Amino acid sequence: MKSYSELFSELDRTALIPFFMIGDPDYDTGLEIVKTAIDSGADILELGIAFSDPIADGPTIQKAGIRAMRSGMTVKRAIEFIKEVKDYKDIPIGLLMYYNLIYQYGSKEFFEDCCKSGVNSVLVADMNIDNAKEVADLQRSAGLDTVFMVTPNTRSERIERIAAQTNGFIYSVSLLGVTGSREKLSDTVKGLIEKLKGLTDVPVCVGFGISSAEHAVQIARSGADGVIIGSKIVKMIEENLDDKQKMLDQISSFISDVKSALAAI
Amino acid sequence: MKNKGRFGDYGGFYVPEVLIPVLEELEEAFYKYYKDEKFVAELDNLSRNYAGRPTPLYYASRFSEYVGFKVYLKREDLLHGGAHKVNNTLGQGLLAKYMGKTKLIAETGAGQHGLATAMIGALLGMETKIFMGTTDIERQSVNVHKMKLCGAEVIGVEGATGTLKDAINDALRYWTGHVDDTFYLFGTAAGPHPYPTVVRHFQTPIGIEARQQCLDNIGRLPDIIVACVGGGSNAIGIFSAFLEDKDVRLVGVEAGGEGVSTGRHASTLVAGKIGILHGTKSYLLQNQEGQVFDTESISAGLDYPGVGPEHCMLKDIGRAEYVEAEDKDVIKVFDLMCRLEGILPALESSHALAYLMKSKGKLSSDTVVVANLSGRGDKDVGIIESYRKVTKG
Ligand SMILES: Cc1ncc(COP(=O)(O)O)c(C=O)c1O
Repeated sequence: MKSYSELFSELDRTALIPFFMIGDPDYDTGLEIVKTAIDSGADILELGIAFSDPIADGPTIQKAGIRAMRSGMTVKRAIEFIKEVKDYKDIPIGLLMYYNLIYQYGSKEFFEDCCKSGVNSVLVADMNIDNAKEVADLQRSAGLDTVFMVTPNTRSERIERIAAQTNGFIYSVSLLGVTGSREKLSDTVKGLIEKLKGLTDVPVCVGFGISSAEHAVQIARSGADGVIIGSKIVKMIEENLDDKQKMLDQISSFISDVKSALAAI
Repeated sequence: MKNKGRFGDYGGFYVPEVLIPVLEELEEAFYKYYKDEKFVAELDNLSRNYAGRPTPLYYASRFSEYVGFKVYLKREDLLHGGAHKVNNTLGQGLLAKYMGKTKLIAETGAGQHGLATAMIGALLGMETKIFMGTTDIERQSVNVHKMKLCGAEVIGVEGATGTLKDAINDALRYWTGHVDDTFYLFGTAAGPHPYPTVVRHFQTPIGIEARQQCLDNIGRLPDIIVACVGGGSNAIGIFSAFLEDKDVRLVGVEAGGEGVSTGRHASTLVAGKIGILHGTKSYLLQNQEGQVFDTESISAGLDYPGVGPEHCMLKDIGRAEYVEAEDKDVIKVFDLMCRLEGILPALESSHALAYLMKSKGKLSSDTVVVANLSGRGDKDVGIIESYRKVTKG
């Protein structure tokens, strides 16, 4: 199974990391979408498991979660989905989800099942470094890497504590706010990446609000190891629900464009 | 955070990293000011002269005669705004002012907390936004008008059912994007630390006054304290003063909706399972895999699938007991209270009264019960009417 560290050391450019909600708009279409993303050049996948109360998500990802749940998505099926993705290609996968689903599954068992199915890390959106111990030790002993978030208002002292707990990558949030595509890249992000790079050697991937190849290039130029693009791509699903081919084509050409822009730096 | 915000294993602060700095700031400000002489004096002055504290403890003689034991009502319904919510919004509003914040946001279900926040926003000259589920906007429209009159912007939230849970989700999302100048004035003793502690503190006058009033007026402590439980702020406000009085039974009444067995209810402590929602570990109404249920209750203020962490602990250690009251009994006791006492209780508070109605003939005549009448029912007159039409038609 490909690890984050293998991938980051192989790549001589910034990794492209698209985000999808597992089972959006349904299991089979969702799987086709993810395979298309892989074929178009995704280096890592960030995958979400739908939760009823996603407090860190804006309207686009909220709606994706609702579509997934309506189509019958469950945590158990999400794990099967991941296995199918890994059968298709050995690509690193980071999960992004909310704590209650893990807690009800049984945290230890959940992380073990994740690791078995080929997941590299589980980022718990409603946890922070102060209570991360509740999951981080279990993640490590299950064989997962740890990923934690840093936001533009995180103090340096906390960043150092976060970095010390992280062996996957730091998920750096580009702005103060929830997920959602934005016209403009936030002006805090460059400084944040530089600050992180000055404080730690742990890889830094940047997400939230990144919506174009130009944004991705700017992030890459600031020194990030990866760019995570979520709402912009998920919106392509939402906007083409009645035309699957168009949906797949749009996603494919967007990911290819970003990829070649990153490769050209 | 200085403190872990735990009540037994419950509570904590299960929030994204981005909210940590503001919660830390709030925690620090709370511990800095809550005993500060100037802060306490300012809050005390407003509590008396703006909100109307202390509230009376009223012996409801005709209702007592009906149920067959002695019922005293702690009249939080007489406070400015019509509910206990103002105790908390004055406290947190002043904190916001001392912290130099200029904008307030809040969630609301029944609109009582939204109104109490809008009032304080006006009083302190702060821009105020209230997040409210679209279902609740419809069923509690009187309060929506009042909030707007006080200058607040009311933001409708669709979510799954357009109720309190959805309003909290969107308020948290909004806060995430506006942490630098906005104070989130949370309405109940739930949510992430330090809210359960902060809200409890500002609601403790209910219990402190009630306990002293019992000693002064009745000459002894009551046998039972009863309060409705949504998130749990009015209940913890009155329970807190009696926790050490082991002979005083504490009873919390949740929303039984159409009946716990139907699944259409909001009886979290009665029927929930431990989980994590809105930053806190508590009992939670949820399915097997952890998706949170949509709840149902005739009272918007109790229509919430989670509950404050301290109540979870009190339940587990057996210090308080939690039961439910169904919509049909709530309506019945609402009528009774109107006819017998000329008091319109809020539908939320009527849950506590429903417990007393159902205790008719089960308690000895010298039993003394204090019910927390957390709010008045003017806002609910329309709901009562349409409920009658539906059940009769
Ligand atoms: C009058 C009244 N009582 C009780 C409640 C329930 O809240 P809590 O459990 O925090 O007291 C509300 C909430 O809106 C209310 O308006």
